[in-house]
Amino acid sequence: MAAVKKDPVGKVMVVGAGIAGVQAALDLANAGFYVHLVEKKSAIGGVMAQLDKTFPTNDCSMCIISPKLVECGRHLNIDILPLSEVKGITGEPGNFTVTVAREPRYIDPAKCTGCGACTEVCPVRVPDDFNLGLGEGKAIYRLYPQAIPATFAIKKVDRAPCVRACPANLSAQGYVQLIKEHKYPEALALIMDRLPLPGTIGRICPHPCESDCRRQEVDEPIAICNLKRFVADAVDWDAMPVPDIPQRSEKVAIVGAGPSGLSCAFHLALKGVKPVIFEAAPETGGWLRYGIPEYRLPREVLDREVDYIKRLGVKIHCNSPIGGDRTINDLLTRDGFNAVFIGVGAQDSIRLPVPGSDAPGVLWGVEYLKDSASGQKFAFKGKKVLVVGGGNVAMDVARTARRQGGDVTLICLETREEMPASPWEVEEAEHEGIEIVTRWGVKEIKAQGGQVKGLELKAVARVFDEQGRFSPTYFEDQTASRDADVVIMAIGQKTNLKFLTAADGVKLTPRGLIETDPVTKATSREGVFAGGDVETGPYIAIAAVAAGREAALSIERYLTGQDLKAHREAPLRPIPKEEGNWSPIRADIEKKHRALMQTVPVEEWIKGFKEINLGYREEEAVEEAARCINCGICSECMQCAISCQAGAVAHAQGPEKLELNVGAVILAPGFQVYDPTKYDAYHYANYPNVVTSLEFERILSASGPYAGHLVRPSDHAEPKKVAWLQCVGSRDLHHCDNSFCSAVCCMYAIKQAVIAKEHCKEYTLDATIFFMDMRTHGKDFEKYYWRAEEEHGVRFVRSRVHTIDPVPGTDSLTIRYLAETGELKTEEFDLVVLSVGLESSADALNLARTMGVEVRPETRFAATSPFTPVDTNQTGVYVCGVFQAPKDIPQSVMEASAAAAAAGELLAPARGTAIKVRELPPEIDVAGQAPRVGVFVCNCGINIGGVINVPVLTEYAATLPGVVFSDQNLFTCSADTQDKILNAIKEHQLNRVVVASCSPRTHMAMFQDTIQEVGLNPYLFEMANIRDQDSWVHMHEPEKALAKAKDLVRGAVARVVQLEPLHKQAFPVCKNALVIGGGVAGMEAARSMANMGFQAYLVEKTDKLGGQAWNLVTSSRGYDYRGYLEGLIQKVESHPNIEVLFNSEIKDTSGFIGNFNTNIKTPQGERMIDHGVTVMATGGQAYSPEEYLYGRHPHVFTSLELDKAIAEKDPHVAEAQQAVFIQCVGSREPERPYCSRLCCTHSVESAIDLKRMNPEMDVFILYRDMRTYGEKELLYKEARELGVVFIRYDLENKPKVKTTPVRGLQVTITDPILGRPVVLHPDILTLASAILPNPVEDIGEIFKVPRNAEGFLNEAHAKLRPVDLPSDGLFLAGLAHYPKPIDESIAQAKAAAGRAATFLSKDQVEVGGIVAVVDQDKCAVCLTCVRACPFNVPVIDYTVDAAYIDPAKCQGCGICPSECPAKAITLKNFTDAQVIAQETALAAG
Amino acid sequence: MRLQYPPDIKIILMPCTGRVDILHLLKAFEAGADAVFVAGCLEGECHYLMGNIRAKKRVNKVKKDFAQMGLEPERVEMFNLSSSEGPKFAAIAKEMVERTLKLGPSPVRAEARAAWLAAQPKEAVG
Repeated sequence: MAAVKKDPVGKVMVVGAGIAGVQAALDLANAGFYVHLVEKKSAIGGVMAQLDKTFPTNDCSMCIISPKLVECGRHLNIDILPLSEVKGITGEPGNFTVTVAREPRYIDPAKCTGCGACTEVCPVRVPDDFNLGLGEGKAIYRLYPQAIPATFAIKKVDRAPCVRACPANLSAQGYVQLIKEHKYPEALALIMDRLPLPGTIGRICPHPCESDCRRQEVDEPIAICNLKRFVADAVDWDAMPVPDIPQRSEKVAIVGAGPSGLSCAFHLALKGVKPVIFEAAPETGGWLRYGIPEYRLPREVLDREVDYIKRLGVKIHCNSPIGGDRTINDLLTRDGFNAVFIGVGAQDSIRLPVPGSDAPGVLWGVEYLKDSASGQKFAFKGKKVLVVGGGNVAMDVARTARRQGGDVTLICLETREEMPASPWEVEEAEHEGIEIVTRWGVKEIKAQGGQVKGLELKAVARVFDEQGRFSPTYFEDQTASRDADVVIMAIGQKTNLKFLTAADGVKLTPRGLIETDPVTKATSREGVFAGGDVETGPYIAIAAVAAGREAALSIERYLTGQDLKAHREAPLRPIPKEEGNWSPIRADIEKKHRALMQTVPVEEWIKGFKEINLGYREEEAVEEAARCINCGICSECMQCAISCQAGAVAHAQGPEKLELNVGAVILAPGFQVYDPTKYDAYHYANYPNVVTSLEFERILSASGPYAGHLVRPSDHAEPKKVAWLQCVGSRDLHHCDNSFCSAVCCMYAIKQAVIAKEHCKEYTLDATIFFMDMRTHGKDFEKYYWRAEEEHGVRFVRSRVHTIDPVPGTDSLTIRYLAETGELKTEEFDLVVLSVGLESSADALNLARTMGVEVRPETRFAATSPFTPVDTNQTGVYVCGVFQAPKDIPQSVMEASAAAAAAGELLAPARGTAIKVRELPPEIDVAGQAPRVGVFVCNCGINIGGVINVPVLTEYAATLPGVVFSDQNLFTCSADTQDKILNAIKEHQLNRVVVASCSPRTHMAMFQDTIQEVGLNPYLFEMANIRDQDSWVHMHEPEKALAKAKDLVRGAVARVVQLEPLHKQAFPVCKNALVIGGGVAGMEAARSMANMGFQAYLVEKTDKLGGQAWNLVTSSRGYDYRGYLEGLIQKVESHPNIEVLFNSEIKDTSGFIGNFNTNIKTPQGERMIDHGVTVMATGGQAYSPEEYLYGRHPHVFTSLELDKAIAEKDPHVAEAQQAVFIQCVGSREPERPYCSRLCCTHSVESAIDLKRMNPEMDVFILYRDMRTYGEKELLYKEARELGVVFIRYDLENKPKVKTTPVRGLQVTITDPILGRPVVLHPDILTLASAILPNPVEDIGEIFKVPRNAEGFLNEAHAKLRPVDLPSDGLFLAGLAHYPKPIDESIAQAKAAAGRAATFLSKDQVEVGGIVAVVDQDKCAVCLTCVRACPFNVPVIDYTVDAAYIDPAKCQGCGICPSECPAKAITLKNFTDAQVIAQETALAAG
Repeated sequence: MRLQYPPDIKIILMPCTGRVDILHLLKAFEAGADAVFVAGCLEGECHYLMGNIRAKKRVNKVKKDFAQMGLEPERVEMFNLSSSEGPKFAAIAKEMVERTLKLGPSPVRAEARAAWLAAQPKEAVG
């Protein structure tokens, strides 16, 4: 243990909240440290939460992890930091400062109740990450139903390109999504958040949004503009509500009723400011009315939208020009306006300085359109009209002239491609019979006798210069001539600002535009703002609308005295495609043309000014909207914010940076599964029925995409034949860089095959696993493998499959593989599962880099030593879980506890210094009081209230016996409601509380905490689950749901009246530990606890510490086992907190956790030791073979004997010509049905040693399956490279060993590939013999420790409690548990210490609560309880002749009270009276 | 998952099906329930090791007693499912309600039973 310089910090950071991180956090927090648990995802749980069942117990993964997650979520001393990543670390061991970046959740966790109303309304469907894209989720999501924290989160990337491209940043993706959902008023409201003229702009906008739409990468852009028009037309404008806005006193004058002025007025009116518009023209709209012809924008559309603006309180004075007797200055100084906005647009034509341009009969575009719009008749019938200009105005002019009967030709400078007019305008003009003549400029307007006669044209050389600026040049000598009766010049517009006076003080730019601040739109005159074409020159209407809004925001700030710029949201602008972080475009997206809008027949077009585009029909619009690919993921449609009654949605949240001070850091970033897309021959990306094993977990899961129905993705048909392909992304340097074995895939594939077969009740599923070596090396794994084959009929084929091909005409697949016989076979399957390996993610490697933690270059897992398996190269930074090396869940959990122990040792002086402790008031004594029940009914937003009539239910509750108070709440779990409950308890002297709401699973403990805050015993509380068990599951039957809710509340009240306070008894904790066994495991456990400051007694039955480790020498990897062992013994024997009892044995023990007393027989006599915990590290030993001539021939060794011979350089070994190893000697046999886990690696290491010693030696390893799991696979690879020969054999066909007179030892084995016997004559034969547990019948009996059939101690839970024994306070480590290499023994020993610390660090243990108690008077001593209890708790107390149940040991299951024939036993909190009261009341309905 | 099932099902929370006493099963009928089912963990997956096995025995005992008393044993049932098997729970709830509708009100509820019998077509009662 490295010394810590100054007072360490009693806080630890755990990075990664999968099962390893969660376990480490819980162990540390329960041992007196404050924990920051950093997780990249929005919830904790990691991959384990995604699994269906777990091997070898087939437990439901979620069922077993969920309680740990809940404990983590509720722990006072665990601060969960979701959506967070570590960005940097400074400081030193014991005192680090870690920088953490937290992504916004967009939900306030303090307010979110997790009710899920938001997901119901979210329109954005995205591939569900938790289901690995097999199903769909929403942009607002909870990772999985049981997620901790339960708070929802919103997925956002960069705002969509359409939103960015729009000058007004309209929420285009948002309203498109809402249209898809048929939510038209909502869509319109979203548009009108920024744009008051949706139908108008939806008709005339050149829609830059569509130009940037990413859907065109698939086919064509979404018709955003048409959709806007659709939704504006789909709503009844007269019925549109006018919001109730508190009015302010300030007045603002707006000059011009065009798009910018109307927009500014609209946004000001919504803020309660009174805008008054002064418009020079007789009617509103500006250019929209006087520049856009009616066939594009019917006047009634503009009128309905302007009318709505007026309804908001905007006053519009038409025919009221500014200038003369009403100047800008007058408005401010004389007429009482507080601010002015100028938005007069650009409504004068630019005049072309060519000869003849002032001739009569020459018309100017802007004025011509204005006059036409004002009703002036132009009789062009039969006349030749030449229109000059290539922009949209010229198009409007030409098409208007055409409608007035003219024979129209349009002449422009540009080529067709260069024309600034929208291409569809040009096309439509041609449809109308207008001739387009390009690349000609006007040289002269010819006139004769006061009448225009035509144009003299000159050819254009170029229009734009090298910089793309408009700068036309001509071939002056190439001319042409056109006759005409009318010439209309439409070559541009300019502003007319003659109304401004010097007194106004509004400065102009050199170009004659108003000078404004680009952000605020403020002019040089204080209080005067300007926007639109007056500021930018002629541009599109939506930009003017945007400017009007910006000005309105400034004016509001100006009026309220705020800074115009501070914290102002900057408008979004387009970003280059390659820089944008948008949702990926899915490869499987179906191509689809955008919806075409219906038009009136072309021949009708020029007959008048009727609108030619008819708009979308509803189904067209919805279908078009559904094409959107949701670039920004969240569309910001705001439906979540509107639906959230708790007000928890916070779209404006931004990222955060935290600096956290901690003493140590534990890295548990986990793994990613190998992505088989790169594995070309398996076609994972192309065939939907090739799935990864993790996807298959979700397919099997009841909460998965197919609700647990085993179907294949392509057609949802039930597969009849499924294949598993092992080692995909493991043991492979061809398709990836993963030479290691992933250690878990064999077992999970078997488990999946077994579970899949169990799923198929109607038929027998054919399940086949293709594998190279079957690696079932864990505890009880081998038996599981055998059962899968023999009982479940899973087929195992030893082969690496090289190709998967489709079966033409079906969704099925063909597998081509080489059978062991060498024959190439093909076989058809309905579904193929790729057993993908585990690898370090880029995030994990980044984390390692940030922390300065070394990873092994060959495997990219953290580099650790076998003697310190959880220490990294950085002191104070520890590692656990798969990031340390590939491993299964129990190993990960073990290492997590070990890492917690390591951190606990480092920070021992700081234990308990940084934790939070809950202070509670003294408890109110309710004994003898009549029940006074308060019932709190929850609406849960609309989750309950939307189905069940909550007011009626609340009234009903008040009528129930014992109820003195009832009330309803929007969210009963919200923080403010807790205060309401507390006040009600005080005010009405409530002595029992019922909450009718959601599930006790998630909320019971929280409400119990609440009532404790005013001194009510937490057991005087009951919940009625009227949501999960009522409103949610009977949502279409509100009446029946109400009736049931009444029943449930009646039942809860009947029960709560019967409830009694329960108290736990506290006992002081004895802070000593007893460790049994002085091998490496026992010593490491004792040393770790001693380093944490606890006293350890180490009981060793021999006179020497070290146990089996004395047999280990130096490994081929260069690890000095002997040096380590001697060092460890020295440290243990000299540790002030450790006392070693040599030659000692346990005699008997008594007590319970925290208070054990054990009698030990020592050479000095019996010794009684008080201790709080016990660690069993009783060890194991090598099996002494009876087979293969062991003991009968001098050259037959066991592995350990060979080690010794190599170390001693035994000449017979050193000079051997041939060495043979036989694996599985005594292991994996019917009488010993387990794998001894370490022998394959051991033999490989020894083989390497032999080869290094003598490269000429022939070395053979005869094996059944090579089980060099995890990173040990690299040794196997090395051995093969050194020329070690591996020959496989079967259990039925074991090698035969005999001696021959001439050649000594002879080993015969049938080579399965050659199919022929191979005869070897080794000089040395090594037997990899099994590992057996030391016999511990006596100790097992004394401590009541269960053992499995092979004699290994049984842990409390194979998956999640790998170092706990079933009885509280007892732990195990080392070979006593199962064969394992030394690094795993050390990890488990430290883990036992880590787990023990969670008890030893407490000053007292609490026992009792929901436990069984015996009524001694009724007990007949029949022993029924003694026999019924699965935990052997009840004992007969002969001093009183009755059974006794120790409250410290009782698990509270309730089996004994239900079995007791005399009804002498009661389970507290579930007494017969309580259960019967509840059921009687329930059934009374 | 919000799977819909008939509202006639009312759930009583127990620490383990091991605590479900024969007395509780009988009292439920006495109080007017027409059927009772016990939903326990999958066999071999009991958190308390043996609770569900004990419960199954008790349910079978009640079934036997019912048969002797002339009550339909199908009115009481034991099911095993894991906590993630929502669809299975909904299916069981539906099945039990359908079963109960076929059996009619429990004979303990004499009046309701008489009225139900009277309303049945003759041959069905037969």
